[in-house]
Amino acid sequence: MRYELMYESFFKIAEGVPLTIQLVIISTILGIFLAIAVALMRISGNKLMSAPAYYFVYLIRGTPLLLQLYFVYYGLSQFEFIRESILWIILKEPYWCGVITLTISTGAYSSEIIRGGILSVSKNHIEASGALGLSQVKTFLLITLPITVRQALPAYGNELILMVKATSLISIVTLMEITGIARTIISKTYAPVEIFLVAGSIYLVINFIIVMLVNLAERRLGIEKAT
Amino acid sequence: MFDVFALGPTGWGDEMLMGALMTVLVSTSSLILGILIGIIFAFCKLSNIFALKIIANTYTTIIRGIPELLIIYLLFFGGSGAVMYIAKIFGYDGYIELNAFTIGTIAVGAISGAYSTEVIRGAVNSVHKGQFEAGKALGLNGYGLYGSVIFPQVARIALPGIGNVWQITLKDTALISVTGLVEIMRQSRIAAGSTHEPFIFYTAAIILYLIITRLSNILFDKAENTYSKGYVSKEAI
Repeated sequence: MRYELMYESFFKIAEGVPLTIQLVIISTILGIFLAIAVALMRISGNKLMSAPAYYFVYLIRGTPLLLQLYFVYYGLSQFEFIRESILWIILKEPYWCGVITLTISTGAYSSEIIRGGILSVSKNHIEASGALGLSQVKTFLLITLPITVRQALPAYGNELILMVKATSLISIVTLMEITGIARTIISKTYAPVEIFLVAGSIYLVINFIIVMLVNLAERRLGIEKAT
Repeated sequence: MFDVFALGPTGWGDEMLMGALMTVLVSTSSLILGILIGIIFAFCKLSNIFALKIIANTYTTIIRGIPELLIIYLLFFGGSGAVMYIAKIFGYDGYIELNAFTIGTIAVGAISGAYSTEVIRGAVNSVHKGQFEAGKALGLNGYGLYGSVIFPQVARIALPGIGNVWQITLKDTALISVTGLVEIMRQSRIAAGSTHEPFIFYTAAIILYLIITRLSNILFDKAENTYSKGYVSKEAI
């Protein structure tokens, strides 16, 4: 073990932490809106709405994230009309390609979690709120959504951890986050075990903090642990 | 537009199909390795020995908390070194290099092993205690008990979970493309690079993955039906 190298590389790798966290936060926030939209489309009961949502989720869940990233980053830029359109301002940046890919991916996965949450809301609640004269929008915002959040939170915590892990792929399109920096140091120093331990511990700490935060939120919302 | 997918030396059709075959091969071998790891660690987790529990919990926590790509980098850059280190202990001093397939199988197998561990542990847990007791009362122990009484029931319960693990494993093999193994991902990158048509080749790769997913879904559904023969679920009664 080269402890000095581990000590030095810790500070170098730590410089990638803000980018990793930034990617997670931006894509998660954008992804949640996408997820709610897709989930509502799926349970709308209208074939024209639910079918595209179903195939979207099927497509994203059935293909590797790396392939989706390549598709957005390399695939779309093949076309002249995209390179000349206003979209190019966003699509030429690896950062935004990463955010778009992560958003689409988490949107598809979380839409299933949210759908499960919405479906678990008892019909009686909806009927009761109708009897109280609440409009459909108000029923959704005041009754369905809070219950859904409670139901979906434990599963959503897992999705957040998967997101942190997924950001590592963005290093492949030249973005220097934790894994990107770790990879560069490994190929310079040829000390894979040491660098793995350093970068791996950073990820574990980030994920541990997320688990703590989700647990805290669960306790505040009064969710009882299944065990 | 579809000329690029011609079979033979003029197009990339056969190369892409070989890539798909490689993806299936490396996913299958990783899944099998993962299940073997899963069985071992599930029994570690279920054992009463504290040290074994700690080892198994550390393994699953690390694998599930660290990006797959980082694990693949560790084995890609450090795998050969580790094998040579072990070989040295046994007196072999030569140079050993693991090929991309072996490294990929070990890396993805280790990842899928962590998920299999949880699936198998859950399945063993859900086998009724009475089954163990009845087996013992019949004088079975060790292989007899686990092989002919417990395992068939675990297999039935674990099968849907293993189906999920298969999907994860299949997608994780795309990451091995960074180590140079020519599977779907790598092959479409090569083809996209040399034809300057990334859109078409990545679309083809997406379709290939979806086909593999669909076919494996059908296979797993069939297997579930076979293993559930003679079993009536509680809801059906």
